[in-house]
Amino acid sequence: MISKKTGAFLGWFVLLLCTGTVCFFLGIILADLITKGWPALSWEFISSGPTEGMTTGGILPAIVGTVLTTVITAIFAVPFGVCCAIYLNEYAKDTSFSRLIRASIRNLSGVPSIIYGLFGLALFVQGLSLGTSVLSAGLTLGLLSLPYIITTTEEALRRVPASMREAALGLGATQFESIRDVVLPAALPGILTGVVLTLSRAAGETAPILFTGAAFYITGTSGALNQEFMALPYHLYMLSTQHQAIEQVRPLAYATALVLLIVIVLLNLTAFYIRYKHRNND
Amino acid sequence: MTEEKIKLSTQNLNLWFGNKHVLKNINAAFAENKVTALIGPSGCGKSTLLRSFNRMHDLTPDARIEGKLFLESLDLYDKNISVTQVRKRIGMVFQKANPFPKSIYDNINYGLKINDIPQGDRKGIVENALKESYLWEEVKDELNKPATRLSGGQQQRLCIARTVALRPEIILMDEPCSALDPISTLKIEDLIHSLKDKYTIVIVTHNMQQAQRVSDKTIFMYLGDIIEEADTAELFNNPQKELTQNYISGHFG
Amino acid sequence: MNTRVRERYDAVFKLLFKTTGMLVIAVLGGIFLMLVWNTVAFFIKVSPVDFITGTQWNPSGSQASYGILPLVVSTTLVTIGAMLIAIPLGIGTAAFISEYAGKRLKNFLKPAVEMLAAIPSVAIGFLGIVVVGPGIAALTGQPNGLNALNGAVLLAVMALPTIVTIAEDAINAVPASYREASYGVGANRWQTLVFVTIPAAAPGIIAAIMLGVGRAIGETMTVLMATGNVSAFPKGFFHSVRTITATIAIEMGEVPYQTTHYFALFAIAAVLFLMTLAANLAGEYFVNRFRKYHAA
Repeated sequence: MISKKTGAFLGWFVLLLCTGTVCFFLGIILADLITKGWPALSWEFISSGPTEGMTTGGILPAIVGTVLTTVITAIFAVPFGVCCAIYLNEYAKDTSFSRLIRASIRNLSGVPSIIYGLFGLALFVQGLSLGTSVLSAGLTLGLLSLPYIITTTEEALRRVPASMREAALGLGATQFESIRDVVLPAALPGILTGVVLTLSRAAGETAPILFTGAAFYITGTSGALNQEFMALPYHLYMLSTQHQAIEQVRPLAYATALVLLIVIVLLNLTAFYIRYKHRNND
Repeated sequence: MTEEKIKLSTQNLNLWFGNKHVLKNINAAFAENKVTALIGPSGCGKSTLLRSFNRMHDLTPDARIEGKLFLESLDLYDKNISVTQVRKRIGMVFQKANPFPKSIYDNINYGLKINDIPQGDRKGIVENALKESYLWEEVKDELNKPATRLSGGQQQRLCIARTVALRPEIILMDEPCSALDPISTLKIEDLIHSLKDKYTIVIVTHNMQQAQRVSDKTIFMYLGDIIEEADTAELFNNPQKELTQNYISGHFG
Repeated sequence: MNTRVRERYDAVFKLLFKTTGMLVIAVLGGIFLMLVWNTVAFFIKVSPVDFITGTQWNPSGSQASYGILPLVVSTTLVTIGAMLIAIPLGIGTAAFISEYAGKRLKNFLKPAVEMLAAIPSVAIGFLGIVVVGPGIAALTGQPNGLNALNGAVLLAVMALPTIVTIAEDAINAVPASYREASYGVGANRWQTLVFVTIPAAAPGIIAAIMLGVGRAIGETMTVLMATGNVSAFPKGFFHSVRTITATIAIEMGEVPYQTTHYFALFAIAAVLFLMTLAANLAGEYFVNRFRKYHAA
């Protein structure tokens, strides 16, 4: 028999070990990517295109492609998602219609990203004849982002006190005016935080762009929306699994992974900054 | 007494929140350029009645209204009526001061802007409204300061200024002093006195001394019914009903 | 603008907002229809029985076979492996964060978990190739470490943030009075955690696990990169496997439009959809149960 005290200590120790392991996972991911990616990272790497069958050169077209798709994602998903959240939080009563919308959102957030890829292929690439392109891929990622944007926006709207709405309505504002002039500005920091976090997730997604427009290699840094494009996550996937000289390009793969990580971290920090700054203003 | 003009009235007004019958067959009338106080214990329906005049229940999902409400002869719940116009004519001051997170100037300017008051007139109206609300002297040099930095009493006077700037006919006040200290409360009561020349005021209050200080008429409500209504002095000095007597003497509530 | 125009605007925008709500329903409906439509097209050519019971997935062989079993077993195997790792680690970490960690440690651990959640799956898959794979190879003496175990480790990393976050919320939501009652009868912190707090939070913790399972089943890039993708009936954790998601990712890029093979990929996607849906619905069920239980 172990004593009560020893048992408690052992329990604490096991939990500590679990937590330590999770931190170890994160630590090893960061440490490996940073130590091995850093040496291959240079200004040239992020400011030029790949050369000599991708065994040398940089990843500028992939950066441009990722930025472009993310912009399309934002242009599509942010207004769409914010409008839907406004409907749910400001207008919808508890009807079967609003419950159906909420159930759809919950389900959409659980749909695997590869299925979004298939849907993008069927709807945008083939159905709407947009072809494999920046546009198709951006819209596909937009659909994927939609449930997150709606959920975070609705949460931000919910935090705006009812008295703000009443104040505007009491002065003779229409409901739309009270939302536009009072509710949305008050919820803006919360909405922005959610949007930036969602976009950082979209920027790192690979599966949805596999069949909707990502390409292994394009010449130049074409910014055309109806063309195939290179993207950071897809580039990393290709360099690490499909390249004919995998061992030779490994440093490039590491550097690509590090750039991708830096982009994601920067976006996340932006979101935290918005949240932090807003808290201090209250 | 008889030549009083009735500004606001209800006819067999019933209101439910879900299955809860909150207002029971209310027939009330509010005279022009008078201050009418609605008193009664919590949950008696006085705030609910107040908020039904400017149709604040429109957005409450399970609120249901039967009966009529009139602004003079205008049916406030008529299908073809403009709710925004109703709310412009019947202004409201809320229990907790709720200035917009904008500057002092913009708080008042907002109502002018959406109601399409010409740009050139706005500055004067803002100044006037602040003077009418006894706030001008305190804030005239810092109109661009965020309204949320004002004290609670100042915020509430700003909310009154915001309302009077639109020249409503009626001002509804929902326990406007319940969150304020005694000095701020007195300032607002003074203000109410000075406003009644121009406006018809309905004020909900918990505070019976306040009702006696500010109002001309008083309506006592209990559990969704109007128990008694009379001139304020009359109601407090010579209540006709036992319930009223018990309430004003502090036996419950 | 006069009132009439303003109220017209109000009505128009209300309609616009409502329309976006309908469109959201349409998106889910569209995904559902796409899967059903193409699956039906597939079943016209291949019998559902062969599809569900077939033990071979070989669409491009001379005798094309469309048995989904090896893919489902692969997905299940990798998911089970991932959960064996992620459930104890996730619950342990959640319990540590909410019951033992001080404020400062919490302020470090919570962002760390969020950071882990933010790392793109493709980067984790990459580390499966360059770190976990060689590690497994060295430990087991195999030529390479691209197998089910590798996939399970990576999926565990992917599912951990979900499990930790939701389980921690559940543990936090247990009313303080429960704990106080336990301390009151002389239990220490560990006994309170094991005998009072965790049982009270159980529905929420199960929800966390189910949502983690949903996450793991649907994850594509990590398994695509790290499990070796041999399309054969899986034999165990040290063998290469190929999940449903990886199969779609590999084959969809090359298959001609509207062939049997094309439809077949939608059919396995439909199965994938149902599997994640089941996991997520189960998760939601337990979340609701937890809420109801503690709302009282």
